[in-house]
Amino acid sequence: MSDLTRGMRDGDLLRLAVIGTVAGLFSGLFGVGGGTVIVPLLILWFGYGERLATGTSLAAIVVIGMLGALAQGGIYGNVHVVTGLLLAIPAVVGVVMGTAIQQRIPQRAVSYLFALLLVAIAIELILK
Amino acid sequence: MNEVLAILIAVAGGLAGGLVGVGGGVLFVPALTIFLGLGQVEAEATSLLTIVIVALVGAYRQNGYGNVRVREALVIAALSPLGVLVGVAVANNVPERALQLSFAALALFMAAQLVRRARSAPR
Repeated sequence: MSDLTRGMRDGDLLRLAVIGTVAGLFSGLFGVGGGTVIVPLLILWFGYGERLATGTSLAAIVVIGMLGALAQGGIYGNVHVVTGLLLAIPAVVGVVMGTAIQQRIPQRAVSYLFALLLVAIAIELILK
Repeated sequence: MNEVLAILIAVAGGLAGGLVGVGGGVLFVPALTIFLGLGQVEAEATSLLTIVIVALVGAYRQNGYGNVRVREALVIAALSPLGVLVGVAVANNVPERALQLSFAALALFMAAQLVRRARSAPR
């Protein structure tokens, strides 16, 4: 952890820790991915540009998802490995397209798309 | 036909992941339950596997574009299991409806802040 956090200020570290905890909290409670919380908080708290926030969020999700999949697959045996891998093939095509498109649109457009996503999630939660 | 729809939704989930930096589980879970016949619990567990692969490829591409802070991402990820534990404790003590409405309010607040910031940013 000391290598990991070298050069980070205490305040930054605390806020990153809060983002991680909140991301885990909401993914545990609602099954929405951590990205829903990570991206807006990196933008609003750290002043990250939209591309940097979404790229960093994806990197965090790799590890968060692995921990979750290991817990689910190892402890509960609920992961259908072949189905998950097959579904990943078209999804990977989508994510490669999505990241490429994102480099070519204004960053603020990403914020607007994200705001729409958040409103949709809020409506779904209210109507549940 | 169901498989074709599942593939299309998976592409959309990946696209969303690349564009806005989420894992895509919002779309993978329904693809697995509605079109591929998995139960809810199995679908949520299986979608994690798909999400990891999508996020891995997405993060790799974004890193190539210079858009990843690896150490910050690792600190966030390292603390997330704590959040999951807190979440379980909270879920056992707070009515579900209150949690749903609280998160809905938080989502709307963050949406408003993002729009406000994007409108005022001189870019």
